[in-house]
Amino acid sequence: MKVEVEADKCIASGQCVLLSDAVFDQREDDGIVVLRVNDVPSSEEDAVRSAERICPARAIRLTTSGG
Amino acid sequence: MSRPPGCPFDPPAEFRDLRADEPISRVRLWDGKIAWLVTRFDDVREVLADPRFSADMTNPGFPSHSAGVSVTRQKHPTFLNMDDPEHARHRRMLTRDFMIKRVEALRPRIQRHVDELLDEFTAGPQPADLVTGFALPVTSSVISELLGVPYEDHEFFQRQSGLLISGETGADEALEAFATIREYLGGLVERKAAEPAPDVISHLLEIERAGGLSRDELINMLNLLLRAGHETTANMIALGTLALLQNPAQLAALKADTSPAVVANAVEELLRYLTITHYGRRRVALEDVEVAGRLIRKGEGVVAANDSANRDPEAFGDNPDELDLSRSARHHLTFGYGVHQCLGQPLARVELQVVYPTLLRRLPDLRLAAPVSELPFKTKNVFYGLFAMPVEW
Repeated sequence: MKVEVEADKCIASGQCVLLSDAVFDQREDDGIVVLRVNDVPSSEEDAVRSAERICPARAIRLTTSGG
Repeated sequence: MSRPPGCPFDPPAEFRDLRADEPISRVRLWDGKIAWLVTRFDDVREVLADPRFSADMTNPGFPSHSAGVSVTRQKHPTFLNMDDPEHARHRRMLTRDFMIKRVEALRPRIQRHVDELLDEFTAGPQPADLVTGFALPVTSSVISELLGVPYEDHEFFQRQSGLLISGETGADEALEAFATIREYLGGLVERKAAEPAPDVISHLLEIERAGGLSRDELINMLNLLLRAGHETTANMIALGTLALLQNPAQLAALKADTSPAVVANAVEELLRYLTITHYGRRRVALEDVEVAGRLIRKGEGVVAANDSANRDPEAFGDNPDELDLSRSARHHLTFGYGVHQCLGQPLARVELQVVYPTLLRRLPDLRLAAPVSELPFKTKNVFYGLFAMPVEW
């Protein structure tokens, strides 16, 4: 599973970081989302799916590795 | 619509039928205006995520909460009532100060505030008021420190804030309270300009000096942070404690396991169950938009009922009207949804994650000192909560 983020949309709510700090991080100067990895480790897949669903700015997009 | 008698934690009972039979309907507001009421979880999220719905209160169709709230927010707008791109520009000035890492770094200090305030609270006579004796001091001391506002002034700003947030304050009285608090903050900002410190006021002054913000905007922003930062979480502290006391099995479960993950989950469920932002999130349509099969026309107001959405069985499973601290409720809409979702949510979470377990550990015999039916609930305020909560321990 791959994940992408749109920093322009992000409102720095940090919900994704709370769900998976292995995949998501926040920029130091403004809290906007940054990805630690693009390929989601299998152990983090559920958390990243939740992050996509919960993100208030709809700034997270998932793509399956095969697709 | 009002809450069902004897069920202080439940939103109006009509929501259940509306969600099932009429997910979008017309409601008459306090000022006689008609607005759309949206009650299902999915629809509430759609409305709040859609930029075709505006948060601009100066739009004549905006469904405002009360005369006092309406007039002060129109006269002194903050990013709360702006749309993008202005909203994003203002909000991003503050996101650094409320990001997870920074707030997590405050956790030990928040714990210390809570410990010290509980020392003071328990040293006093019983019964005592949990709201004024503990909940408000905790949240006021934390937000004051973060912003750089002297905590000694908390009685003053709590009183002014109370006037501004009450649904019963008239327009003139609200404007007067607003002017008083703005004058106070103006003086404070002047002093900070001369003596900067590592706090939010000094950070905003840097942005002002760089031309990103006018002094007037800075003061409005500060006023919003100060008020939103203490009133909301204080309501959650008292109301959440009451909900736990009224649900002994849940209380026992939380006492038995205060590991961080369990506490964090419990806080999300309390946020969902209580939904203190109980008058819905308000918007006005900028163009014709279809929601739940009905056409909302340009200029019409929408009340996106997040308290109803938080009790939607489609989103939270069977028994959404029960408090179940083991429920997975992370997707609740108490902080709103979309670009306006609460800026201070990381701070609120950490405060609540510290407060509940500390309170239960320090006061294991905590109990209510008055019947629930006699407690003064803030039914007409912007945020739901308790004016007072007498307790013994």
